Amino acid sequence: MSKMNNVSKSKLHGLWALTNRELKKWYKTPVVFILTLLQPIIWLGLLGNALNLGSLVGSSSLTIPPQVITELQLTPAQITVLQGFFSNIGDTIMQGTFGTTSYISFMAVGMIAFTALFTTMFSGMSVVWDRRLGFLNKALSTPVSRAVIILSKVLSATLRSIFQASIILIIAVPLGFQFGAAFTAVNILGVFAFLFLICMGLSSLFIAINIRSTRIETPMAVMNLLNLPLTFASSAFFPIEQMPGWLQAVATINPLSYTMNGMRQLLINSSIDYSQLALQYAYVGLFALVLTTVGIVLSWRFLNK
Amino acid sequence: MSNNAIEAEALTKVFNGSLVAVDHIDFSVRNGEIFGFLGPNGAGKTTTINMLITVLKPTEGKASILGYDIAKQNTQVRYSIGVVPQEYTADEDLTGYENILLCADLYGIQREVSKKRASELLELVELTAFKDKKVQTYSGGMRRRLELACGLINRPKVLFLDEPTLGLDVQTRAATWNYIKMLKKEFGMTLFMTTHYLEEADALCDRIAIIDHGKIIVVGSPTELKDSLGGDIITVAIKEDVDITELVERINHVKEVKKENGSYRIKSENGEITAPLIIESLRKEGHVVTRLSLTKPTLNEVYLQYTGKSMRDAEESGDSLYAKRMIMARRRH
Repeated sequence: MSKMNNVSKSKLHGLWALTNRELKKWYKTPVVFILTLLQPIIWLGLLGNALNLGSLVGSSSLTIPPQVITELQLTPAQITVLQGFFSNIGDTIMQGTFGTTSYISFMAVGMIAFTALFTTMFSGMSVVWDRRLGFLNKALSTPVSRAVIILSKVLSATLRSIFQASIILIIAVPLGFQFGAAFTAVNILGVFAFLFLICMGLSSLFIAINIRSTRIETPMAVMNLLNLPLTFASSAFFPIEQMPGWLQAVATINPLSYTMNGMRQLLINSSIDYSQLALQYAYVGLFALVLTTVGIVLSWRFLNK
Repeated sequence: MSNNAIEAEALTKVFNGSLVAVDHIDFSVRNGEIFGFLGPNGAGKTTTINMLITVLKPTEGKASILGYDIAKQNTQVRYSIGVVPQEYTADEDLTGYENILLCADLYGIQREVSKKRASELLELVELTAFKDKKVQTYSGGMRRRLELACGLINRPKVLFLDEPTLGLDVQTRAATWNYIKMLKKEFGMTLFMTTHYLEEADALCDRIAIIDHGKIIVVGSPTELKDSLGGDIITVAIKEDVDITELVERINHVKEVKKENGSYRIKSENGEITAPLIIESLRKEGHVVTRLSLTKPTLNEVYLQYTGKSMRDAEESGDSLYAKRMIMARRRH
C-alpha cells in the first residue's frame, strides 16, 4: 500500500513543513503579527525618546554664562571659539560613551537584540504547548527526525527575529536613527548573520530548558527570571564600560552584549574595528555552536525516552 | 512474516525507575483485525500505545509491527503505522487542508501525491466543504475526523486509535464507529484501539484485551469473554409453590439453577433457545409460568468481574489530569 518511491528519504524532510507551521501561526494571525511589530515600535518610540541622553548633555544646555564673559573680558572671537567647544561637548561625550551621537540609534540596535531574545523565549515555550496538545507525540510517531523537530523551532524563531529586526531598522529611521559613517548596505547582511547566530544559540537554550516540562508555568517562571538580567546586564541600553564592576563581569560574558556591540559596529559606529568584529563573531558563533549542539543532544535524549 | 500485525513479548515500561506502567505484557494482533485495549484509567493503555508507535522506548521486552522491531527498526515501523491520538493535535491556526498536508510532509510524501490523497481523505471523512476553514472553527466531531484523516495520510497498514470517541456526542460516536468498521472492511487495515467504553469495544473489536495495573488480565473475542462468565441468565417464576430445581436442571444447556426470593435464577448457554424449552417442560408438568426474563451478560459484567469495582480516578497522575483538564477547557470553546 505505502509506496516508498513517493517518499523523500532526506534526513531533513519535514524541516520546512514544521518551520512553516510555526511561521504560519504568526503571519496568518493578524493580531499576533501586528502586535509583534507594535512592540518594538512602542519600545523605541517610548524609551528611545524618553531616555534621550543626547539632549541631556547636548549643546542647548551649555552656554557661556555672562559673568564669565565679563570677568575674563573675552573678545567676540574667543567667545565663538569657546561656544563652539561647549556645543561640541555633548556630542563628544555621546560619541565617547555610545559610539554615536544619537542615543536612539544606540538603543535601536539594543532593541533588535532584545526582540531576538523575546522571540526565541516564546519559541522555546511553544515546545511545552506542542507536548501538552499532543502534537509532539504525534510528530514523534512519524518518520520525521527528532533533530528536525527541534531545528524547526530554532529556524522559525531565527527567521522571525530577522524579519522583526528589519522592521525595527526601517521604523527607527524616521524616529531619528543615524547610520554610522562606516555603514554600507552589505553590513545589513552582517547584522543578519549576528542575528542568525544569536537566535540559534538562544532558542536552543530555551528549548533545552523547556523540553521536559509538561506544564507551562515552569518555563514562564524561568523565562521571567532570565529575561531582565539578560537584557540589563548587557549593552542594550547602556555601554558596559559605565557599569559597576560586578555587573560588568556579567555583561562581558553575556553573548547578547557581543551581538549588540558587533551590530553597532556594522550599523552606527563611525569606523569598524575589524579585529573586534572578528572576536564578536567568534564569540557569538561559539555560543551558537555549543548551545545548538547541547540543545539538540538534550532534546534527542528526552524525546527518545 | 507471520500472520500477526503486532506482536508483543514481555513488553514493559518503568517510569523513573520505580513506577511500573506496563508490566511484562504479551499479546498479538492478527492481520486485519480490530483489537481493543480495555482498562480503567491509569491501567497502562496509553503507555502501551506510545511504545508501539515508537514514542516511548520499552524498558524491557520487545514488540514488533509487521515484523519490524519497534526499538531497532523504528523508521520502518513509523512508515507503516498511522496514529490517531487521544488529543486534538491539529493546529487551530491552520486550515484542515493545511493540517493534512503538514502530516503528509512529516512522512516526506511528495506534494503532488499528498495533495491528491488529502482531497480523497477529506472526502472520506466528509470535510471537503470545510477544508479551507481554520480548525478553530471546527466542532469536536469534525476535529476528530480530521485527526483520522491525518492518521491515514501515509496509507498505514496498522492504525492506532487512542480513545477515538472520548468526549464525542452519540451521533458523532456512531459515525466514528462506521469509519472504523469501513477501514477494516474496505482497506483490510489492522486497527489497534484503546477505549474505556465497553459498548464500543463490544460493537467494534474482533478481540479485546483487558488490562489493569499494567498487566493483561484476559484476552478474547467479546463473545468468548461474555461466555466465560457462564452464559445467559434466565429468571423464571411459577404460580405453584413447588421446587422445580431438579426439573429445570435436566433441561439441555442449563448449567446452574438457584432459588432466589420465590423465583429461579437459571444460568444457561444460548438463553434464547433454552428459555422456550424451560417453558415447555414446565407446562408439560402442569406448572403455570407467571414471569420469565432473559439477560445476556454484557462486557460490563466481564469488565467488572476482571478489574473489580473500585473507582480509579485517584490513580491518575497529576500531569495527565492536568492535560485532560486542558483538553476539556479547549473543547468548551
